[in-house]
Amino acid sequence: MAFIEKRELLNSQSVERAITRITHEILEKNKGALNLALIGIRTRGVFLTKRIAQKIEDIEKVKVPVGIVDITLYRDDIGRTEAHPMLQKTEIPFSVTDKTIVLVDDVLFTGRTIRAALDAIMDLGRPRFVRLAVLIDRGNRELPIQANFVGRELPTTREELIQVQLMEADGIDRVVLGEEKK
Amino acid sequence: MRLRHKNLLGIKDLTAEDINLILDTAESLKEVSTRDIKKVPTLRGRTVVTLFYEASTRTRTSFELAAKRLSADIISIATSISSVTKGETLKDTGKNIEAMNPDIIIIRHPHSGAPEILARSLRPAIVNAGDGAHEHPSQALLDLFTIREKKKRIAGLKVAIVGDITHSRVARSDIYALSKLGASVTLVGPATLIPVEIEKMGVKVSYRLEDVIPESDVIIMLRIQLERITQNLFPSIREYSRIFGLNSEKLKNAKKDLIVMHPGPINRGIELDPEVADGPHSVILEQVTNGIAVRMAVLYLLLGGKEESELTN
Amino acid sequence: MNLLIKNGRVIDPQNKIDDRLDILVINGKISKVSKNIVPQNETGIPSETLKEIKEIDVAGKIVCPGFIDMHTHLREPGREDEETIRSGTLAAAYGGFTSIACMPNTEPVNDNKAVTDFIISKAKREGSVNVFPVGSITKGLEGKQLSEIGDLAETGCVGFSDDGKSVQNSELLRRAMEYAKMFSLPIISHCEDETLAANGAMNEGFVSTELGIKGIPNIAEEIVVARDILISRMAGAHLHLTHLSTAGSLELVKWAKNLGYKVTSDAAIHHLILTDEALRTYDTNLKMKPPLRTQKDIDALISGLKSGLIDAIVSDHAPHLLAEKDVELNNAPFGIIGLETEVSLALSLVHKNLLDLKTVISSFTVNPAKILSLDKGSLSVGKDADITILDLEREYKVDAKNFKSLSKNSPFIGWNLKGRPVAAIVGGKIVYCLD
Repeated sequence: MAFIEKRELLNSQSVERAITRITHEILEKNKGALNLALIGIRTRGVFLTKRIAQKIEDIEKVKVPVGIVDITLYRDDIGRTEAHPMLQKTEIPFSVTDKTIVLVDDVLFTGRTIRAALDAIMDLGRPRFVRLAVLIDRGNRELPIQANFVGRELPTTREELIQVQLMEADGIDRVVLGEEKK
Repeated sequence: MRLRHKNLLGIKDLTAEDINLILDTAESLKEVSTRDIKKVPTLRGRTVVTLFYEASTRTRTSFELAAKRLSADIISIATSISSVTKGETLKDTGKNIEAMNPDIIIIRHPHSGAPEILARSLRPAIVNAGDGAHEHPSQALLDLFTIREKKKRIAGLKVAIVGDITHSRVARSDIYALSKLGASVTLVGPATLIPVEIEKMGVKVSYRLEDVIPESDVIIMLRIQLERITQNLFPSIREYSRIFGLNSEKLKNAKKDLIVMHPGPINRGIELDPEVADGPHSVILEQVTNGIAVRMAVLYLLLGGKEESELTN
Repeated sequence: MNLLIKNGRVIDPQNKIDDRLDILVINGKISKVSKNIVPQNETGIPSETLKEIKEIDVAGKIVCPGFIDMHTHLREPGREDEETIRSGTLAAAYGGFTSIACMPNTEPVNDNKAVTDFIISKAKREGSVNVFPVGSITKGLEGKQLSEIGDLAETGCVGFSDDGKSVQNSELLRRAMEYAKMFSLPIISHCEDETLAANGAMNEGFVSTELGIKGIPNIAEEIVVARDILISRMAGAHLHLTHLSTAGSLELVKWAKNLGYKVTSDAAIHHLILTDEALRTYDTNLKMKPPLRTQKDIDALISGLKSGLIDAIVSDHAPHLLAEKDVELNNAPFGIIGLETEVSLALSLVHKNLLDLKTVISSFTVNPAKILSLDKGSLSVGKDADITILDLEREYKVDAKNFKSLSKNSPFIGWNLKGRPVAAIVGGKIVYCLD
């Protein structure tokens, strides 16, 4: 699927500010870093998670546990669609039970990915709270899922595409709006 | 991802790419077996039937656990070969099972080519759990997974396969898999148990285990079946064990990081001394653990994702 | 019964004829072979007969003595579900044959004159072609006791064989050869060492190694070929080696023939066409004894036909039911049918320039006739009008629906072949005509 960029929605600075604000909101809601653990959804959610973890360490001088969840095994469309992305590892080297888990992803769209991530985490234990932090909420929910911490709300149509580019993978931080090349 | 094949009948049909895909997927799935609740919902509602014409606890249990950990429904049918000669043909049995709509049929059969017969006449995906002396692909895959885990690579390794090669489906599948991924294979065994022209498979042959041990990175020991004595394929257990058995004494000149493998079950004291089976070189139990992850990967890759038109075989 | 076969290219190896000639058949016998026959001008033919003469124009076709397949299995008595004398001979006719020899491994075994008689009578009543029974060497094919060879000879057997099995007891075979010699009939030997071949399902070679299937090594055949040759020399008997399949066997035949021993041989058509590579599909219609071998063996067999080491081509037509064959390779019975594709396949070798037409025709006519001492195999005046007509250019696709055989176990179904028999005439009667 080729992507045609139409316009830039967030530039580098805006992305950075959004991540910083999300971090502060997380700490505010949790009243600090106690019992907090971050779990990033592959792939870009992982980069965001690590940045948030770093910022938390800068602010609170505490290292919170960080995990990675691969939702491929929990997808609801196995056997129904074309080939899925490569299955990768879920790496959560701590117990989720009784923790306040903040799930982190780059874009919240239909909500199905989050549903799968919740199931994946529930199979590993019983968290006290699970909260959701996303960089972009683009609407068009198909399941009753909402984010607790949002970088930017950007209403879109179903056909439009949102692409989050991050330094770690794309060399630059920005969010762009585009459409599929036909 | 999905395997670009409808069935898993043998390693011979797979490319190096296919093999690596299965191994990489197995690596990600291994973690499931370490959880308290060893289940993911991935193959929920899918049906797997195992049809074993040869008794096997090990392989069958491994496939059963693999299916269950992926939340598939699995049912095992154990048939003795005698009921086949008395009544239903393999094809008929297959058709009857197909009428119950399974997604995968896993078959083990004493005759080469049996899985191929099913694959040609049935809709479900067929997985070969061992056909005669022909192939045992999931065993070779878990062998490779174990080697890769320990040695971090396959290419360039020197692997020795020791024992009754003629009757071994594990040997053939291992030879294909190791060769495709760039390892070099030397077969060791009595000349009576090494089949004609096997060098054409790209392997070397030796009748002296001591010569091969020092240069080997991996030694795969095969089980010797005692009825081969009555077929005059070797004279006695004592002689076989003395010449081709693996013991600590023979391992004195082995590389320090040599790994010793065996598909099981082991004839302790015959092909493998207990000291070696339980010793520092042995990764036999890890093979068993890895077997489940690899079989989970096989089931997952055969069933996940559609687009049947893209598939070969 | 009265025919004028015009404008064909007549090839009669025994009489060294290869020319455009007409053939006149009167009352089932060959009356005249020459150019531009006008029956009215011939003397000695009654006018009623002249009116009955049917003219067949075979311009562009080859006219040969009636083809003989000296190794077939008709399954009657005992396995009429697989094949009967009626269906098997009809298959032979449609395959272009006018005479066949049938092997004794029926149920009951043809080891006594009652069975021989039954076969001969049934063939006379219901058969489409001439049937010559081969009697068994041992009672019940058990390899232990001689059959009543004298009786069998007298009743009409043209040779003796335990085919399907191989006589393992050398002393027994020696005595059988000495005994059969008295009746001037050949011992037809299926050569197989049972201990070496035991449980094998295909040729022992690289393919069987890769597939993990127990193989039958070349020496299983060659050891017995060597033994039988030596025994026949001592006994002074005529030994005919049937369905030879290995280059090594040919080396032995060469040795024997060079020394002047009374040894003849035949090769089955499928051993000239297919190798063991075909078995990678596990198709049980490729399983027979002896098994398909390697290209090296095919080359030696074809060369053997050219040089006369191999005298005849046979089908070893072995019908089996679908239900019996539709199982795992190891469990399937050995054998494939062949009468209805044999000649076309032989002609394919001519088209590939591997064999010349005259060699192929000889291997179906003068040679088998000589081996079995049959008064057949040529177009000499006064002989039975057994005639086979070939169309070298006719192309067709092998379709099991067209098989006259009751069994369909052939690996050649679906093959596109060029060249086929288009008519078979037995004693002046047209038993098969394509158009």
